[in-house]
Amino acid sequence: MSNINQLFNKELKVINMGLKSFAEDLKSQEVKVLHVDWRPPAGGNKRMAALLAKLKK
Amino acid sequence: MGLSIRVRKNTYYDSVTLMLISKEVKKLEGVNEVLVGMGTDLNKELAQNLGLANDEINQLGPNDFFISVLSDTDDIINEIAIRVDELLNQKKDADGDEYIPPTFDSAVKFAPDSNFVIISLPGQYAYAEVKKALNNNMHVLLFSDNVKIEEEKELKELAREKGLLMMGPDCGTAIINNVPLAFANVVKKGNIGVVGASGTGTQEVTVLIDKLGAGVSQVIGTGGRDLSKDIGGIMMIEGIKALAKDPNTEVIVLISKPPAAEIAERVLSEAKQAGKPFVVNFIGGNPEVIKQYGGIPGVSLEDTARKAVALSRKETAVETEEYGEDEASLKEIAAREVKKLKKGQKYLRGIYTGGTLCDEAMKLLAGEIGGIYSNIPLEPQYKLENVFVSQQHTCVDLGDDEFTVGRAHPMIDPTMRQERLVKEADDDEVAVVLMDFVLGYGANSDPAGEMLPYILKAKEKMEAKGKAIIFVGYVCGTDKDPQGLKQQEDKLREAGVILMPSNAQAVKLTKALLKAASE
Repeated sequence: MSNINQLFNKELKVINMGLKSFAEDLKSQEVKVLHVDWRPPAGGNKRMAALLAKLKK
Repeated sequence: MGLSIRVRKNTYYDSVTLMLISKEVKKLEGVNEVLVGMGTDLNKELAQNLGLANDEINQLGPNDFFISVLSDTDDIINEIAIRVDELLNQKKDADGDEYIPPTFDSAVKFAPDSNFVIISLPGQYAYAEVKKALNNNMHVLLFSDNVKIEEEKELKELAREKGLLMMGPDCGTAIINNVPLAFANVVKKGNIGVVGASGTGTQEVTVLIDKLGAGVSQVIGTGGRDLSKDIGGIMMIEGIKALAKDPNTEVIVLISKPPAAEIAERVLSEAKQAGKPFVVNFIGGNPEVIKQYGGIPGVSLEDTARKAVALSRKETAVETEEYGEDEASLKEIAAREVKKLKKGQKYLRGIYTGGTLCDEAMKLLAGEIGGIYSNIPLEPQYKLENVFVSQQHTCVDLGDDEFTVGRAHPMIDPTMRQERLVKEADDDEVAVVLMDFVLGYGANSDPAGEMLPYILKAKEKMEAKGKAIIFVGYVCGTDKDPQGLKQQEDKLREAGVILMPSNAQAVKLTKALLKAASE
Protein backbone atom coordinates (compact mmCIF):
# COMPACT_ATOMS: atom_id res chain seq x y z
CA MET A 1 0.00 0.00 0.00
CA SER A 2 1.32 3.48 -0.85
CA ASN A 3 2.08 5.90 1.94
CA ILE A 4 -0.84 8.08 0.85
CA ASN A 5 -3.28 5.16 1.14
CA GLN A 6 -1.79 4.30 4.51
CA LEU A 7 -2.44 7.85 5.67
CA PHE A 8 -6.13 7.44 4.71
CA ASN A 9 -6.39 4.73 7.38
CA LYS A 10 -4.55 6.59 10.11
CA GLU A 11 -5.34 9.30 12.61
CA LEU A 12 -3.93 12.66 11.48
CA LYS A 13 -1.13 13.92 13.72
CA VAL A 14 -0.21 17.37 12.55
CA ILE A 15 2.74 19.73 12.90
CA ASN A 16 1.77 23.31 12.03
CA MET A 17 4.27 25.95 10.92
CA GLY A 18 3.14 29.48 10.16
CA LEU A 19 -0.40 30.75 10.66
CA LYS A 20 -1.41 29.86 14.17
CA SER A 21 -5.12 29.92 13.34
CA PHE A 22 -4.70 26.70 11.35
CA ALA A 23 -3.51 24.95 14.52
CA GLU A 24 -6.34 26.50 16.55
CA ASP A 25 -8.92 25.26 14.03
CA LEU A 26 -7.56 21.72 14.29
CA LYS A 27 -7.44 21.86 18.07
CA SER A 28 -11.10 22.89 18.18
CA GLN A 29 -11.89 19.73 16.20
CA GLU A 30 -9.85 17.62 18.60
CA VAL A 31 -7.24 16.79 15.99
CA LYS A 32 -3.75 16.25 17.39
CA VAL A 33 -1.63 19.25 16.44
CA LEU A 34 1.67 20.75 17.52
CA HIS A 35 2.26 24.39 16.61
CA VAL A 36 5.88 25.37 15.98
CA ASP A 37 7.04 28.77 17.23
CA TRP A 38 8.90 29.27 13.96
CA ARG A 39 11.02 32.31 13.21
CA PRO A 40 13.27 33.19 10.28
CA PRO A 41 16.56 31.27 10.51
CA ALA A 42 19.64 33.33 11.48
CA GLY A 43 17.41 36.28 12.35
CA GLY A 44 16.39 36.62 8.72
CA ASN A 45 19.96 37.26 7.55
CA LYS A 46 20.03 35.39 4.24
CA ARG A 47 23.82 34.98 4.06
CA MET A 48 23.99 33.67 7.59
CA ALA A 49 21.04 31.33 6.99
CA ALA A 50 22.75 29.86 3.93
CA LEU A 51 25.93 29.26 5.98
CA LEU A 52 23.93 27.60 8.74
CA ALA A 53 22.16 25.33 6.25
CA LYS A 54 25.57 24.28 4.87
CA LEU A 55 26.85 23.47 8.35
CA LYS A 56 23.84 21.29 9.06
CA LYS A 57 24.40 19.16 5.95
CA MET B 1 1.08 65.07 12.24
CA GLY B 2 3.77 63.00 13.89
CA LEU B 3 5.26 59.59 13.30
CA SER B 4 5.89 57.35 16.32
CA ILE B 5 7.59 54.01 16.24
CA ARG B 6 8.05 51.10 18.61
CA VAL B 7 10.45 48.28 17.76
CA ARG B 8 11.05 44.90 19.41
CA LYS B 9 14.03 43.06 18.04
CA ASN B 10 13.86 39.26 17.69
CA THR B 11 10.18 38.92 18.40
CA TYR B 12 8.29 36.98 15.76
CA TYR B 13 4.55 36.74 15.06
CA ASP B 14 2.78 35.36 11.99
CA SER B 15 1.54 37.74 9.30
CA VAL B 16 -2.20 37.06 9.56
CA THR B 17 -2.18 37.65 13.33
CA LEU B 18 -0.43 41.00 12.82
CA MET B 19 -2.60 42.07 9.88
CA LEU B 20 -5.72 41.48 11.96
CA ILE B 21 -4.18 43.42 14.86
CA SER B 22 -3.30 46.32 12.49
CA LYS B 23 -6.93 46.40 11.40
CA GLU B 24 -8.09 46.42 15.04
CA VAL B 25 -5.81 49.26 16.29
CA LYS B 26 -6.61 51.38 13.24
CA LYS B 27 -10.04 51.83 14.83
CA LEU B 28 -8.54 53.60 17.89
CA GLU B 29 -9.36 57.27 18.13
CA GLY B 30 -6.68 59.64 16.87
CA VAL B 31 -4.99 57.08 14.61
CA ASN B 32 -4.53 58.32 11.07
CA GLU B 33 -2.51 55.39 9.77
CA VAL B 34 -0.89 52.49 11.55
CA LEU B 35 1.05 49.37 10.65
CA VAL B 36 1.88 46.51 12.99
CA GLY B 37 4.20 44.02 11.34
CA MET B 38 7.51 42.23 11.00
CA GLY B 39 10.40 44.04 9.27
CA THR B 40 10.09 42.12 6.00
CA ASP B 41 10.89 43.82 2.68
CA LEU B 42 7.19 43.78 1.86
CA ASN B 43 6.18 45.48 5.11
CA LYS B 44 8.97 48.04 4.82
CA GLU B 45 7.72 48.94 1.35
CA LEU B 46 4.17 49.14 2.64
CA ALA B 47 5.30 51.40 5.51
CA GLN B 48 7.04 53.61 2.94
CA ASN B 49 3.86 53.89 0.84
CA LEU B 50 1.74 54.74 3.87
CA GLY B 51 4.21 57.36 5.09
CA LEU B 52 5.02 55.19 8.09
CA ALA B 53 8.71 54.52 7.42
CA ASN B 54 11.89 56.14 8.69
CA ASP B 55 15.54 55.05 8.94
CA GLU B 56 14.84 52.90 11.97
CA ILE B 57 12.11 50.96 10.13
CA ASN B 58 14.24 50.62 7.00
CA GLN B 59 17.01 48.92 8.97
CA LEU B 60 14.81 46.22 10.52
CA GLY B 61 15.08 42.54 9.61
CA PRO B 62 12.29 39.96 9.12
CA ASN B 63 12.69 38.84 12.73
CA ASP B 64 12.03 42.31 14.16
CA PHE B 65 8.57 43.41 15.22
CA PHE B 66 7.43 47.03 14.83
CA ILE B 67 4.49 49.33 15.37
CA SER B 68 4.45 52.53 13.35
CA VAL B 69 1.73 55.14 13.70
CA LEU B 70 0.85 58.52 12.18
CA SER B 71 -1.22 60.67 14.51
CA ASP B 72 -1.92 64.17 15.80
CA THR B 73 -2.23 62.84 19.32
CA ASP B 74 0.89 62.81 21.50
CA ASP B 75 1.80 59.58 23.26
CA ILE B 76 -0.71 57.60 21.23
CA ILE B 77 2.02 55.00 20.62
CA ASN B 78 1.79 53.96 24.29
CA GLU B 79 -1.94 53.37 24.04
CA ILE B 80 -1.47 51.40 20.82
CA ALA B 81 1.36 49.31 22.26
CA ILE B 82 -0.86 48.36 25.20
CA ARG B 83 -3.73 47.40 22.90
CA VAL B 84 -1.40 45.39 20.63
CA ASP B 85 -0.08 43.47 23.64
CA GLU B 86 -3.60 42.77 24.85
CA LEU B 87 -4.49 41.35 21.44
CA LEU B 88 -1.29 39.30 21.23
CA ASN B 89 -1.79 37.97 24.75
CA GLN B 90 -5.38 37.00 24.04
CA LYS B 91 -3.94 34.64 21.48
CA LYS B 92 -1.29 33.39 23.86
CA ASP B 93 -3.70 32.68 26.73
CA ALA B 94 -5.58 30.24 24.56
CA ASP B 95 -2.47 28.05 24.39
CA GLY B 96 -2.35 27.26 28.11
CA ASP B 97 0.72 25.38 29.21
CA GLU B 98 1.24 23.41 26.06
CA TYR B 99 4.74 22.84 24.78
CA ILE B 100 5.50 25.00 21.75
CA PRO B 101 8.59 23.71 19.97
CA PRO B 102 10.81 26.38 18.38
CA THR B 103 11.78 24.39 15.26
CA PHE B 104 10.54 21.58 13.05
CA ASP B 105 13.29 19.29 14.37
CA SER B 106 12.27 19.83 17.98
CA ALA B 107 8.61 19.23 17.06
CA VAL B 108 9.54 15.89 15.52
CA LYS B 109 11.55 14.95 18.61
CA PHE B 110 8.59 15.80 20.84
CA ALA B 111 5.98 14.07 18.62
CA PRO B 112 7.83 11.48 16.52
CA ASP B 113 4.60 9.85 15.36
CA SER B 114 3.46 13.02 13.51
CA ASN B 115 2.41 12.18 9.96
CA PHE B 116 1.31 15.49 8.46
CA VAL B 117 2.76 19.01 8.25
CA ILE B 118 0.91 22.21 7.37
CA ILE B 119 3.25 24.98 6.23
CA SER B 120 2.12 28.58 5.77
CA LEU B 121 5.46 30.35 6.27
CA PRO B 122 6.62 33.22 4.04
CA GLY B 123 7.32 31.65 0.63
CA GLN B 124 11.10 32.05 0.64
CA TYR B 125 11.44 29.91 3.78
CA ALA B 126 8.95 27.21 2.76
CA TYR B 127 11.18 25.05 0.54
CA ALA B 128 13.66 24.14 3.30
CA GLU B 129 10.91 23.19 5.75
CA VAL B 130 8.92 21.15 3.23
CA LYS B 131 12.03 19.23 2.29
CA LYS B 132 12.66 18.39 5.95
CA ALA B 133 9.07 17.21 6.36
CA LEU B 134 9.21 14.98 3.28
CA ASN B 135 12.57 13.57 4.33
CA ASN B 136 10.92 12.65 7.63
CA ASN B 137 8.24 10.78 5.64
CA MET B 138 5.50 13.24 6.48
CA HIS B 139 2.75 14.40 4.14
CA VAL B 140 2.63 18.14 3.46
CA LEU B 141 0.03 20.80 2.83
CA LEU B 142 1.93 23.87 1.63
CA PHE B 143 -0.33 26.91 1.92
CA SER B 144 2.41 29.47 1.21
CA ASP B 145 2.64 31.18 -2.14
CA ASN B 146 5.71 32.83 -3.70
CA VAL B 147 7.49 29.48 -3.90
CA LYS B 148 9.69 29.14 -6.98
CA ILE B 149 8.40 26.76 -9.65
CA GLU B 150 11.73 24.87 -9.72
CA GLU B 151 11.37 24.32 -5.99
CA GLU B 152 7.80 23.11 -6.42
CA LYS B 153 8.92 20.64 -9.05
CA GLU B 154 11.77 19.30 -6.95
CA LEU B 155 9.57 18.92 -3.86
CA LYS B 156 6.78 17.20 -5.79
CA GLU B 157 9.26 14.81 -7.39
CA LEU B 158 10.66 13.98 -3.97
CA ALA B 159 7.13 13.43 -2.62
CA ARG B 160 6.27 11.14 -5.55
CA GLU B 161 9.43 9.12 -5.00
CA LYS B 162 8.50 8.68 -1.34
CA GLY B 163 4.79 8.12 -1.99
CA LEU B 164 3.78 11.21 -0.01
CA LEU B 165 1.29 14.01 -0.50
CA MET B 166 2.81 17.41 -1.32
CA MET B 167 -0.27 19.58 -1.71
CA GLY B 168 0.67 23.07 -2.89
CA PRO B 169 2.27 25.55 -2.95
CA ASP B 170 -0.71 27.89 -2.75
CA CYS B 171 -2.94 25.00 -1.71
CA GLY B 172 -5.86 26.51 0.16
CA THR B 173 -8.19 23.56 0.60
CA ALA B 174 -7.97 19.89 1.52
CA ILE B 175 -10.04 17.45 3.55
CA ILE B 176 -8.05 14.40 4.65
CA ASN B 177 -9.78 11.67 6.66
CA ASN B 178 -12.72 14.07 6.99
CA VAL B 179 -10.58 16.70 8.71
CA PRO B 180 -10.90 20.10 6.96
CA LEU B 181 -7.41 21.61 6.50
CA ALA B 182 -6.65 25.33 5.91
CA PHE B 183 -9.73 26.86 4.16
CA ALA B 184 -12.21 24.00 4.03
CA ASN B 185 -15.79 23.22 4.98
CA VAL B 186 -17.21 20.55 7.23
CA VAL B 187 -18.57 18.07 4.72
CA LYS B 188 -20.27 14.71 5.29
CA LYS B 189 -18.29 11.52 4.93
CA GLY B 190 -19.07 9.70 1.69
CA ASN B 191 -17.75 7.94 -1.38
CA ILE B 192 -16.72 10.84 -3.63
CA GLY B 193 -12.98 11.57 -3.83
CA VAL B 194 -11.84 14.97 -5.10
CA VAL B 195 -8.54 16.23 -6.47
CA GLY B 196 -8.62 20.01 -6.91
CA ALA B 197 -6.14 22.55 -8.23
CA SER B 198 -8.45 25.43 -7.30
CA GLY B 199 -9.24 26.22 -3.66
CA THR B 200 -12.64 27.90 -3.88
CA GLY B 201 -13.66 25.65 -6.78
CA THR B 202 -13.02 22.70 -4.50
CA GLN B 203 -14.90 24.34 -1.62
CA GLU B 204 -17.93 24.99 -3.85
CA VAL B 205 -18.05 21.43 -5.23
CA THR B 206 -17.62 19.77 -1.81
CA VAL B 207 -20.22 22.06 -0.17
CA LEU B 208 -22.75 21.27 -2.91
CA ILE B 209 -22.03 17.53 -2.62
CA ASP B 210 -22.93 17.87 1.06
CA LYS B 211 -26.05 19.94 0.36
CA LEU B 212 -27.22 17.27 -2.10
CA GLY B 213 -27.05 14.71 0.70
CA ALA B 214 -23.85 12.91 -0.35
CA GLY B 215 -20.31 13.13 1.05
CA VAL B 216 -16.58 12.97 0.39
CA SER B 217 -13.95 10.30 1.07
CA GLN B 218 -10.80 12.42 0.58
CA VAL B 219 -10.23 15.89 -0.86
CA ILE B 220 -6.69 16.40 -2.14
CA GLY B 221 -5.46 19.87 -3.12
CA THR B 222 -2.62 20.28 -5.59
CA GLY B 223 -1.98 24.04 -5.78
CA GLY B 224 -2.84 26.13 -8.84
CA ARG B 225 0.33 25.43 -10.88
CA ASP B 226 0.21 21.63 -10.71
CA LEU B 227 -1.32 21.20 -14.18
CA SER B 228 1.12 23.57 -15.84
CA LYS B 229 3.66 22.24 -18.34
CA ASP B 230 6.46 22.82 -15.84
CA ILE B 231 4.99 20.63 -13.10
CA GLY B 232 3.19 18.18 -15.37
CA GLY B 233 0.29 17.40 -13.03
CA ILE B 234 2.48 15.39 -10.63
CA MET B 235 0.23 15.77 -7.59
CA MET B 236 -3.06 15.39 -9.45
CA ILE B 237 -1.79 12.14 -10.95
CA GLU B 238 -0.55 10.86 -7.57
CA GLY B 239 -3.88 11.90 -6.06
CA ILE B 240 -5.85 9.99 -8.70
CA LYS B 241 -3.67 6.89 -8.12
CA ALA B 242 -4.37 7.05 -4.38
CA LEU B 243 -8.13 7.50 -4.89
CA ALA B 244 -8.10 4.61 -7.39
CA LYS B 245 -6.75 2.31 -4.68
CA ASP B 246 -8.92 3.75 -1.91
CA PRO B 247 -11.80 1.35 -1.18
CA ASN B 248 -13.92 4.19 0.26
CA THR B 249 -13.79 6.18 -3.01
CA GLU B 250 -16.30 5.13 -5.69
CA VAL B 251 -16.42 8.31 -7.79
CA ILE B 252 -13.56 10.69 -8.62
CA VAL B 253 -13.91 14.44 -9.25
CA LEU B 254 -11.13 16.53 -10.80
CA ILE B 255 -11.17 20.34 -10.65
CA SER B 256 -8.73 22.71 -12.33
CA LYS B 257 -8.51 25.81 -14.45
CA PRO B 258 -7.95 24.77 -18.11
CA PRO B 259 -4.63 22.85 -18.11
CA ALA B 260 -2.02 22.68 -20.85
CA ALA B 261 -3.39 20.26 -23.51
CA GLU B 262 -0.72 17.57 -23.09
CA ILE B 263 -1.04 17.67 -19.31
CA ALA B 264 -4.84 17.39 -19.53
CA GLU B 265 -4.43 14.21 -21.56
CA ARG B 266 -1.91 12.76 -19.12
CA VAL B 267 -4.24 13.42 -16.20
CA LEU B 268 -7.32 12.12 -18.01
CA SER B 269 -5.51 8.98 -19.08
CA GLU B 270 -4.61 8.32 -15.42
CA ALA B 271 -8.24 8.92 -14.41
CA LYS B 272 -9.39 6.43 -17.04
CA GLN B 273 -6.97 3.83 -15.72
CA ALA B 274 -8.39 4.29 -12.22
CA GLY B 275 -11.44 2.35 -13.42
CA LYS B 276 -13.91 4.43 -11.42
CA PRO B 277 -16.51 6.84 -12.86
CA PHE B 278 -15.10 10.36 -12.95
CA VAL B 279 -16.37 13.91 -13.43
CA VAL B 280 -14.02 16.66 -14.59
CA ASN B 281 -14.41 20.41 -14.32
CA PHE B 282 -11.63 22.10 -16.25
CA ILE B 283 -13.41 25.42 -15.62
CA GLY B 284 -14.24 26.53 -19.17
CA GLY B 285 -11.90 23.95 -20.77
CA ASN B 286 -12.71 21.67 -23.72
CA PRO B 287 -15.35 19.04 -22.74
CA GLU B 288 -14.68 16.84 -25.79
CA VAL B 289 -11.25 15.70 -24.59
CA ILE B 290 -12.77 14.71 -21.25
CA LYS B 291 -15.41 12.58 -23.01
CA GLN B 292 -12.75 10.91 -25.18
CA TYR B 293 -11.17 9.51 -22.04
CA GLY B 294 -14.49 8.29 -20.68
CA GLY B 295 -14.92 11.14 -18.21
CA ILE B 296 -18.00 13.27 -17.69
CA PRO B 297 -17.47 17.01 -18.08
CA GLY B 298 -19.02 19.30 -15.49
CA VAL B 299 -20.32 22.53 -17.00
CA SER B 300 -20.39 24.56 -13.79
CA LEU B 301 -19.16 23.72 -10.31
CA GLU B 302 -22.76 22.89 -9.35
CA ASP B 303 -23.17 20.70 -12.42
CA THR B 304 -19.96 18.90 -11.42
CA ALA B 305 -21.27 18.24 -7.91
CA ARG B 306 -24.66 17.08 -9.20
CA LYS B 307 -23.13 14.64 -11.66
CA ALA B 308 -20.75 13.26 -9.05
CA VAL B 309 -23.59 12.75 -6.59
CA ALA B 310 -25.72 10.99 -9.24
CA LEU B 311 -22.83 8.64 -10.04
CA SER B 312 -22.19 7.99 -6.35
CA ARG B 313 -25.79 6.74 -6.13
CA LYS B 314 -25.31 4.59 -9.24
CA GLU B 315 -27.67 6.88 -11.15
CA THR B 316 -27.01 8.35 -14.58
CA ALA B 317 -25.33 11.74 -14.62
CA VAL B 318 -27.88 13.74 -16.60
CA GLU B 319 -26.54 15.95 -19.38
CA THR B 320 -28.43 19.08 -18.48
CA GLU B 321 -27.96 22.34 -16.68
CA GLU B 322 -31.65 22.67 -15.87
CA TYR B 323 -31.77 22.66 -12.12
CA GLY B 324 -32.84 25.10 -9.45
CA GLU B 325 -35.48 27.69 -10.20
CA ASP B 326 -36.87 27.42 -13.76
CA GLU B 327 -36.64 30.27 -16.25
CA ALA B 328 -40.24 31.34 -15.61
CA SER B 329 -39.85 31.82 -11.87
CA LEU B 330 -36.47 33.55 -12.31
CA LYS B 331 -38.22 35.93 -14.72
CA GLU B 332 -40.92 36.51 -12.17
CA ILE B 333 -38.42 37.37 -9.41
CA ALA B 334 -36.57 39.60 -11.87
CA ALA B 335 -39.73 41.45 -12.96
CA ARG B 336 -40.63 42.06 -9.31
CA GLU B 337 -37.17 43.28 -8.33
CA VAL B 338 -36.34 45.55 -11.24
CA LYS B 339 -39.45 47.61 -10.50
CA LYS B 340 -37.40 49.12 -7.64
CA LEU B 341 -34.76 50.37 -10.07
CA LYS B 342 -34.77 53.68 -11.91
CA LYS B 343 -34.14 54.23 -15.58
CA GLY B 344 -30.48 53.94 -16.49
CA GLN B 345 -29.63 51.43 -13.73
CA LYS B 346 -28.29 48.50 -15.72
CA TYR B 347 -24.86 47.37 -14.55
CA LEU B 348 -23.55 44.44 -12.52
CA ARG B 349 -20.92 44.69 -9.80
CA GLY B 350 -19.69 41.27 -8.70
CA ILE B 351 -17.49 41.65 -5.62
CA TYR B 352 -16.07 38.24 -4.88
CA THR B 353 -13.74 36.83 -2.24
CA GLY B 354 -13.41 33.47 -4.05
CA GLY B 355 -11.33 33.63 -7.24
CA THR B 356 -12.79 30.58 -8.96
CA LEU B 357 -16.33 31.66 -8.06
CA CYS B 358 -15.63 35.05 -9.68
CA ASP B 359 -14.15 33.35 -12.74
CA GLU B 360 -17.15 31.01 -12.96
CA ALA B 361 -19.59 33.94 -12.73
CA MET B 362 -17.89 35.71 -15.63
CA LYS B 363 -17.84 32.53 -17.73
CA LEU B 364 -21.52 31.80 -17.12
CA LEU B 365 -22.44 35.40 -17.96
CA ALA B 366 -20.15 35.72 -20.99
CA GLY B 367 -22.04 36.28 -24.20
CA GLU B 368 -25.21 37.12 -22.29
CA ILE B 369 -24.51 40.64 -21.02
CA GLY B 370 -21.51 41.75 -23.08
CA GLY B 371 -17.99 42.28 -21.79
CA ILE B 372 -17.26 42.17 -18.06
CA TYR B 373 -14.44 44.27 -16.68
CA SER B 374 -12.26 42.60 -14.06
CA ASN B 375 -8.85 42.29 -12.45
CA ILE B 376 -8.95 38.70 -13.80
CA PRO B 377 -10.82 39.31 -17.10
CA LEU B 378 -11.76 36.57 -19.58
CA GLU B 379 -10.35 38.70 -22.40
CA PRO B 380 -7.44 41.13 -21.99
CA GLN B 381 -9.36 44.15 -23.32
CA TYR B 382 -11.60 43.98 -20.25
CA LYS B 383 -8.79 44.34 -17.75
CA LEU B 384 -9.75 47.14 -15.35
CA GLU B 385 -7.49 50.14 -15.81
CA ASN B 386 -7.60 50.73 -12.07
CA VAL B 387 -8.65 47.60 -10.18
CA PHE B 388 -10.00 49.76 -7.35
CA VAL B 389 -12.56 51.42 -9.63
CA SER B 390 -15.36 49.48 -11.34
CA GLN B 391 -16.75 50.39 -14.74
CA GLN B 392 -19.85 49.18 -16.60
CA HIS B 393 -20.27 45.47 -15.84
CA THR B 394 -17.48 44.54 -13.41
CA CYS B 395 -16.62 41.39 -11.46
CA VAL B 396 -13.57 41.51 -9.19
CA ASP B 397 -11.70 38.82 -7.29
CA LEU B 398 -10.72 40.68 -4.13
CA GLY B 399 -8.51 37.77 -3.08
CA ASP B 400 -6.10 38.51 -5.92
CA ASP B 401 -2.59 39.77 -5.07
CA GLU B 402 -3.33 43.33 -6.18
CA PHE B 403 -5.82 43.68 -3.34
CA THR B 404 -4.08 41.79 -0.55
CA VAL B 405 -0.80 43.71 -0.14
CA GLY B 406 -0.37 44.14 3.60
CA ARG B 407 -3.75 42.66 4.45
CA ALA B 408 -5.17 39.24 5.03
CA HIS B 409 -7.30 37.56 2.34
CA PRO B 410 -10.85 39.04 2.13
CA MET B 411 -12.27 35.73 3.35
CA ILE B 412 -10.53 36.61 6.65
CA ASP B 413 -10.47 40.41 6.60
CA PRO B 414 -13.56 41.90 4.90
CA THR B 415 -12.38 45.55 5.01
CA MET B 416 -11.55 45.74 1.31
CA ARG B 417 -14.99 44.46 0.30
CA GLN B 418 -16.79 46.65 2.81
CA GLU B 419 -15.16 49.75 1.31
CA ARG B 420 -15.70 48.56 -2.23
CA LEU B 421 -19.39 47.89 -1.71
CA VAL B 422 -20.08 51.39 -0.39
CA LYS B 423 -18.12 52.84 -3.31
CA GLU B 424 -20.25 50.92 -5.83
CA ALA B 425 -23.28 52.82 -4.53
CA ASP B 426 -21.73 56.05 -5.84
CA ASP B 427 -22.37 54.86 -9.37
CA ASP B 428 -25.93 55.71 -10.45
CA GLU B 429 -25.91 53.09 -13.20
CA VAL B 430 -25.41 50.10 -10.91
CA ALA B 431 -28.39 47.73 -10.74
CA VAL B 432 -27.16 44.48 -9.20
CA VAL B 433 -24.46 43.66 -6.64
CA LEU B 434 -23.43 39.99 -6.57
CA MET B 435 -21.47 38.62 -3.60
CA ASP B 436 -20.15 35.30 -2.30
CA PHE B 437 -19.85 34.47 1.40
CA VAL B 438 -17.42 31.63 2.04
CA LEU B 439 -17.78 29.76 5.33
CA GLY B 440 -15.73 26.97 6.86
CA TYR B 441 -12.51 26.70 8.82
CA GLY B 442 -9.89 29.32 7.97
CA ALA B 443 -12.53 31.91 7.04
CA ASN B 444 -13.85 34.88 9.05
CA SER B 445 -16.07 33.84 11.96
CA ASP B 446 -19.01 35.93 10.70
CA PRO B 447 -18.69 36.88 7.02
CA ALA B 448 -22.37 37.87 6.68
CA GLY B 449 -22.40 39.96 9.88
CA GLU B 450 -19.24 41.82 8.77
CA MET B 451 -20.94 42.96 5.55
CA LEU B 452 -24.38 43.83 6.93
CA PRO B 453 -23.73 47.44 8.04
CA TYR B 454 -22.14 48.14 4.66
CA ILE B 455 -25.01 46.57 2.73
CA LEU B 456 -27.33 48.91 4.63
CA LYS B 457 -25.01 51.87 4.03
CA ALA B 458 -24.95 51.20 0.27
CA LYS B 459 -28.73 50.88 0.28
CA GLU B 460 -29.18 54.16 2.12
CA LYS B 461 -26.82 55.92 -0.26
CA MET B 462 -28.86 54.75 -3.24
CA GLU B 463 -32.18 55.52 -1.55
CA ALA B 464 -31.05 59.07 -0.85
CA LYS B 465 -30.78 59.42 -4.63
CA GLY B 466 -34.23 57.89 -5.12
CA LYS B 467 -32.71 54.66 -6.42
CA ALA B 468 -32.23 51.09 -5.23
CA ILE B 469 -29.69 48.26 -5.55
CA ILE B 470 -30.60 44.61 -5.91
CA PHE B 471 -28.31 42.40 -3.81
CA VAL B 472 -27.79 38.80 -4.91
CA GLY B 473 -25.76 36.52 -2.68
CA TYR B 474 -24.56 32.99 -2.27
CA VAL B 475 -23.32 31.45 0.96
CA CYS B 476 -20.78 28.70 0.27
CA GLY B 477 -21.00 26.63 3.43
CA THR B 478 -22.68 23.73 5.20
CA ASP B 479 -24.86 23.52 8.30
CA LYS B 480 -21.88 21.89 10.07
CA ASP B 481 -19.45 24.78 9.43
CA PRO B 482 -18.46 26.73 12.55
CA GLN B 483 -20.32 29.85 11.30
CA GLY B 484 -23.54 27.89 10.65
CA LEU B 485 -25.11 28.11 7.17
CA LYS B 486 -28.60 28.99 8.40
CA GLN B 487 -27.46 31.74 10.79
CA GLN B 488 -25.42 33.36 8.03
CA GLU B 489 -28.23 33.09 5.48
CA ASP B 490 -30.82 34.49 7.90
CA LYS B 491 -28.73 37.61 8.52
CA LEU B 492 -28.37 38.30 4.81
CA ARG B 493 -32.02 37.63 4.02
CA GLU B 494 -33.09 40.02 6.75
CA ALA B 495 -30.97 42.71 5.10
CA GLY B 496 -32.83 42.09 1.85
CA VAL B 497 -30.19 40.05 0.02
CA ILE B 498 -31.69 37.51 -2.39
CA LEU B 499 -29.86 34.24 -1.73
CA MET B 500 -29.46 31.38 -4.16
CA PRO B 501 -28.33 27.84 -3.32
CA SER B 502 -25.16 27.84 -5.49
CA ASN B 503 -22.87 30.29 -7.25
CA ALA B 504 -24.13 29.09 -10.65
CA GLN B 505 -27.74 29.74 -9.63
CA ALA B 506 -26.90 33.15 -8.16
CA VAL B 507 -25.38 33.96 -11.55
CA LYS B 508 -28.48 32.65 -13.36
CA LEU B 509 -30.70 34.98 -11.34
CA THR B 510 -28.28 37.85 -11.96
CA LYS B 511 -28.55 37.20 -15.67
CA ALA B 512 -32.37 37.37 -15.48
CA LEU B 513 -32.20 40.58 -13.42
CA LEU B 514 -29.83 42.32 -15.81
CA LYS B 515 -31.96 41.27 -18.76
CA ALA B 516 -35.11 42.62 -17.13
CA ALA B 517 -33.31 45.82 -16.15
CA SER B 518 -32.24 46.47 -19.73
CA GLU B 519 -35.73 45.93 -21.18
